[in-house]
Parts: sequence; C-alpha cells; structure tokens
Amino acid sequence: MNKTTKKTPPPATGADLGSEVRLDLYRLQLELRYCEKRAYDLFLQNLIKGTSHLSLGQEAIAAGFGVAMRKDDWTFCTYRGHAHTLARGASMEGVLGELMGRQCGLLGGKGGSMHLTDVKNGVMGSYAIIGAHLPVAAGAAWSAQYRGTKQVAVCFFGDGTTNIGAFHEALNFAVIWKLPVIFVCENNLYMEYTPIRSVTAVEHPAADRASAYNLEKIVIDGNDADEVYRTAQKYMERAREGGGPALIECMTYRHSGHSRADPGKYRPEGELERWLERDPIKIYRERLLQMGMVEATLKDLETQSMQKVDRATEEAKASPLPSIDDIEKNVWADGGAAWRN
Amino acid sequence: MAQLTYREAVAAGIAQEMRRDESVVFLGEDIGAAGGVFKATVGLFEEFGPRRVRDTPISEQAILGAAMGAAMTGLRPIAEIMFSDFLAVCWDIVANEIAKSRYMTDGQISLPLVIRTANGAGSRFGAQHSQAVENWAMAIPGIKVIAPAFPADVKGLIAAAVRDPDPVIIFEQKSLYAFKGEVPDGECIEEIGKAKVLRRGKDCTIVALALMVHRALAAAEILERDYGISCTVVDVRSLVPLDTQTILAEVALTGRLVTIEENPRLCGWGAEIASIVADEIFWELDGPIIRITTPHIPLPSADLLEDNAIPSVERVVREIRQKID
Repeated sequence: MNKTTKKTPPPATGADLGSEVRLDLYRLQLELRYCEKRAYDLFLQNLIKGTSHLSLGQEAIAAGFGVAMRKDDWTFCTYRGHAHTLARGASMEGVLGELMGRQCGLLGGKGGSMHLTDVKNGVMGSYAIIGAHLPVAAGAAWSAQYRGTKQVAVCFFGDGTTNIGAFHEALNFAVIWKLPVIFVCENNLYMEYTPIRSVTAVEHPAADRASAYNLEKIVIDGNDADEVYRTAQKYMERAREGGGPALIECMTYRHSGHSRADPGKYRPEGELERWLERDPIKIYRERLLQMGMVEATLKDLETQSMQKVDRATEEAKASPLPSIDDIEKNVWADGGAAWRN
Repeated sequence: MAQLTYREAVAAGIAQEMRRDESVVFLGEDIGAAGGVFKATVGLFEEFGPRRVRDTPISEQAILGAAMGAAMTGLRPIAEIMFSDFLAVCWDIVANEIAKSRYMTDGQISLPLVIRTANGAGSRFGAQHSQAVENWAMAIPGIKVIAPAFPADVKGLIAAAVRDPDPVIIFEQKSLYAFKGEVPDGECIEEIGKAKVLRRGKDCTIVALALMVHRALAAAEILERDYGISCTVVDVRSLVPLDTQTILAEVALTGRLVTIEENPRLCGWGAEIASIVADEIFWELDGPIIRITTPHIPLPSADLLEDNAIPSVERVVREIRQKID
C-alpha cells in the first residue's frame, strides 16, 4: 500500500490464525461497523447529542488488538474510542446508552462519547485531550511491571497526536523504564481536517520518530485485521516478557469526517473511493471466502451482529434518563461532592 | 518529640508510608540519588532503592501521567513537581485528567495519588519559580489541596494524603524547608480537611496558610504587645476540603476576618472564605473583611522587591492596626 511500508509480520493469507480467530475478527469488525453506523443514525434522529468521532473504516485496528489482548490487559482510547471500547467486550447498550445520555450508559451519562470507560473489561478510559493518555498508559504499564503481573497497556491514538509534547515525553519514558506498553498510531491521513503530511516533518508521523526513542520503525496495513492481530500479538508478547514498549503505525482511513460536524469536504476527489475499495470489512470477507469459509456462515455472523446492534439500540432507548440526584455524585471516593464541612 | 526541619519532615512522612505499604512508590526529577533539589527527599533512595524511588527525565506530563496510570491500576504513587510553577506544563494532567476521572467515569476510576510541589516566594527566584499557586488547584473540582505550615503537619498530612483514596496535591512552602519544629515520635498521621486554631484573641480572626501562618503569628505577637489588639490565628492547612466550621466559628467569636494570602489578589483563596463568611455569618461581623494578599503582579526577583510584594509581618501589623482600631 505504501512504498515505505515495512511489513514485519508474514503475509496475511495463511491459515495460521485458525478459523476461530478469523471468525472472531470478522464478527468484531462487523459489530464495530454496525454500531458506529447506528450511532450516526441516532445522531440524525437527535437521540445522540454532543459530538462524536466515528471509527468507520478503521475497525480492523480495534478488532485486531481486541482479539489479541489478554482479558486483564488495559486499553487506553482517544475520543474516537467507541470501537476500541466495544472491542474489549464492553456492553453495546452501555456504549449506545452513554452516547444517548441514558442511565444504562457505561458512565451513567457523566462522560459521554469522548470518555467511554469500562474498567471491568480493561478499558481504562477514553481521553479527549490529544496526547494526555500516552503517559497514563505508560503509568499503568509501570504498575504491571512493578507488580510483576505481565499485563500490557495498549494505547491508541491518531496521527495528529504525534505532534504534541506528551507523545514524545511518554515514548522516552516508556523506553527508559522498559515498560510493557504498546503505542498504536492510527494514521488515517488527517489530523482533524488538515492532511497530516502538510503539518509534519516526516512522512510517517509515528514510525519515522521511533528511532529517536531507540524503537523499531513499524508501519503496517491497518485495514488488514490479520496483520494487526499478528503484530499486536508479537509485540504484546515481547512486552510481557520484559522486552519493553513498541510504537506501531497502522495505515488506515476514516470513511466519515473527523466528527459529527465534519462532512470531510477537504478530501481530494477519488480518495475516499480508493479507500472504500480497501474497506477492512470488505477485504476480510473476500479473504474468508477465498480461504474456503461458507457464505452462509458469514451471512449468519452479519445477521447476528446486526441483531445485536438492534437489541442494544432498543435497550438503550428504553433506559431511563439519569437521575438529577447523580449530578453531585462521585466527585470523591466517598461518593459525594462535598468540598467543605 | 523530635526536632525536625520542614524538609526532614517531608522525607520522614514519605518514608513512614513507604515502610508501611509496598504499593507506595515515589517519582520525580532529581528526587532519588540527588535527594531532591531542596534536599527534602534525602535518604529515601538509599532506603527504598531505585525500584520504588525513581528519578525521571524532565517530563512533567509524563511524571503526572505515569502517576495517574499507576494509581488507577493499584499503586499509590507520590509524584514530585519540583517547583509549583511547573504545574503549568502538566496542568492538563492535573485539571483535565486526574481531577475529573472519577466523576467522568461515574466512580469506575480511583486515583489514590499524591502530587508534592515546592510553592511560594522568599528565595529570590523570580516570577517563574516563586509563585503561590494553591488557588489554581483550589479552582478544580476533584482534587484535594493542602499546604502545611509546620513540620509535624508536613509529616502527618503527607501520610494522610498517601492513604487518601482521592488525589491530593501538597503545596510545600519552599522558604519553610529550613524551619524546625517538633514532630511526634512514632507513626504520625493528621486529618485532611481540618484547620487548626493556633492562638485565640478577641479582636480579630486571622486566617492564613503555609508561610503566611508564621507571619500571622509574628504579627499577632506585635499587635498584642505594642497595640493591645488581640488576634486569633487559624492555620487553614487544607483548602479542599475546607474546614468552614472552624473558620466560621472563630470569625464569629471575634467579629472580624482577616485573610493573609501569598497568592496574587484575584480569586485568591481568601476571596472564597470572605464570600462564605459574608454569606453565612454577616450579622456576626463587626466590620469589613480584610484581605491581605500579594498584589496582582508577577513576582519580582530582587530581595527588596520580593520582600515588599508578598505580605510581610510589618504590612500585616500595619493593615490590621489601621483597619481594626
């Protein structure tokens, strides 16, 4: 896909992953896709307020890591974090309910789209200030290292994040302490509205900076769930065994604009269409058929995934609004908000 | 009772908690092998080793971000930000991340962490190494804010902060580091959120924090001896949570409130206390509230200028004498 792409893992066509993993990857990508599309529809119906940043077109990355991660590993997401949260097993009605400001929301309506968190499934927060969560992920990795638990922290972020200070502080920090953290740059070619190439000194905003931190340059096809999965496994295992962090740049593309407000008009003609040809779900489906999977099996997965999204939507819609009494709850560990006696 | 300096009390408080709880770790710039630029952490690296006392690069966002990530996954980190002025370069982590995470996640994330920082003037370091910024922290919901004035409080409040389930920021006044005071032997722990009445008088109640507590006490001596004005002095100790019960009760007893604040004038912590007193016990007041603060300026460096910018004992005496007589 890209001349400088250095494909560390083997080609993604072998049978080495096994059909169970492959079907998991397919199912998860479908769920992420259908749920994001549903979120968009619910916006149009004014059932979801505020802003929202969809991962449409980028599902292979969240899915590849989601399937590869150990149950007790930690995910750190950005404000574009619906997919990464769902990929760890967070309840879909909890995600949609949060977007809709319902009581069943993962955060009871306190956080919203940009702050999805599900600690019991290892989702340690979605962070809406660019770069802030890279040091936080490093800190979680420090805790795993200190306690000897062999957990790994996986931190997702966009290409735009590579130009903020926290990115550089966190990389240096993680390397000098040899922390079990995987930094995953989803390079979708645009920092919000502006092409990343036009505001960055290097071609690969993450990978071309890796050498400054004594890290390997890794660029992979972020639209190939198999390649993401293999790469995730390889570097997470290395990190678990004390081999330190990795910085992985995944080339991808978002099918929609930066956020709800952005129709993406700044994209050159034909670019979206070219990337739609490389839609991660489309290419994965073709691969599964080539590998001998039965059409009916895939159709079943597609139907089940859509039904899951439909059910979650109905449950979220049926959930009551949060209680006004919740406004002053959970500022402090005692459950309250008192700042004086 | 041992006599410890304020800086020795810092190390003693951290050591007490690290001995007690293996999950307590300490990180910051030059805190380990060097013992801290203010020598407030001498001996910790030797006792607990590099695994628990970790020197970091000059990366304040990484320091506080790492403390946050560690705290949400089972450790109880203490992070040092060398000068409180440097909080400005990692304020995102303090104000947007640490303070808000519990609320935004509806209680899913707990952050039992401590940020220690050297605050305030008196060292002729100029405007970027001398600010009193406790009022910045006080303005952010979700973080506790304490500022001890005495070695015993330093040790006891550090211990309380480490054991607190919520994030706590401790402002240590850097020109108090050499101040000596009695610290109880054995385990020492104070309660966060309690002001302390240090002396009682009948004419006014001076409410002060950190270095200004010492100036308040000295001024109260002079006012009593030379002018017959007797003052109550309350050491606030904790801005969040704020011990309004003690403050309101002590102001009601004298009928006058004086705040002495090292922070610049606008939105200083004394303004909040003045507002609470005016709202809740206005009819107990015998005269206007007096706020004595640093002017609303960046701090100058020259000793003459710095000494005349932050509230001095002489200025406190003068203002109280003029306004209370």
